[in-house]
Amino acid sequence: MALGILGRKVGMMRWFDAEGNAFAATVIEAPPNVVVQIRTPDKDGYSALQLGMGEVKPKRVNKPLKGHFEKAGVPLRRHLKEFRLRDVSNYEVGQEITVGIFQEGEKVKVSGITKGKGFQGVMKRHGFGGLPASHGHDHQRIPGSIGNMAATGKVFKGKRMAGHMGGERVTVRGLTVLKADPERNLLVVKGAVPGPRGGLLEIRKEKEESES
Amino acid sequence: MDQIIRALEEEITPKRDEGAEAEGELPFRPGDRVRVHERITEGVEEGKERIQVFEGIVLRVRGRGTSKTFTVRKESFGIGVEKVYPLNSPKIVKIEVVEHPRKRVRRARLYYLRERRLRLK
Repeated sequence: MALGILGRKVGMMRWFDAEGNAFAATVIEAPPNVVVQIRTPDKDGYSALQLGMGEVKPKRVNKPLKGHFEKAGVPLRRHLKEFRLRDVSNYEVGQEITVGIFQEGEKVKVSGITKGKGFQGVMKRHGFGGLPASHGHDHQRIPGSIGNMAATGKVFKGKRMAGHMGGERVTVRGLTVLKADPERNLLVVKGAVPGPRGGLLEIRKEKEESES
Repeated sequence: MDQIIRALEEEITPKRDEGAEAEGELPFRPGDRVRVHERITEGVEEGKERIQVFEGIVLRVRGRGTSKTFTVRKESFGIGVEKVYPLNSPKIVKIEVVEHPRKRVRRARLYYLRERRLRLK
């Protein structure tokens, strides 16, 4: 329940603060997001801002969506996402949200789709320890026992095993904003963020103003 | 994409002028004897700052952009000491080149100096 903005991951770099401490930092580009629709409790049962980001060729947008943008009177946007807010009365359709909503030193959370890792074993996927290298073991990366014998007689649902990894939505919380530059639509955040360069990100405040 | 990062890196790179060096070029290279002036905060309480000078031979320069670092080696009371400095750290006040090797160094990484006496030329 907090205001946020849509952006793209640009890449990572080394950042120095005034004291000379070095951090790994992620650069995010977030052009002004336009408010396409406002959800209200009366009409929709909840309150939220629907934001649009990124240019798109008109032929890539289908007719129903075109109508949606037309109704709002805003240009076509590639990505639409809702940010739930307790209070949306200060916003209006067509308004632009920029990275100016963030201040240096503020904590934010960033969500994105992680890089796909394909089918991965249990050690990489779940951090299992594997088996010893010596004392007669001829496999090292297997999970070992996955359950009991007759006492339960089955493998429990949800047992962590090998399988598809990555390509899922992940949120990283508590990242510090190192720089917010509304002129160039850039945001620099301390630490790493999910997804590849160019990947779509949601950057949200940790808390809505009225909540804290 | 890349230009954005490069522009940001450019901005946070401290401007030190050690003579007129060409764009993107370092004033020193491996094999040079340099004197690094580093700002050091002493003690837990703030305000106690001093400049530490470390003089030695540059063993290597690695990385690019703001994460470029260089390694300086010297022999202190018979014990080899190496320090790795981030080139663009604001803590580094000044880098002086004391002398160039008399004979051109033909390698980018002078690891062989570790096995040898620290003497070039």
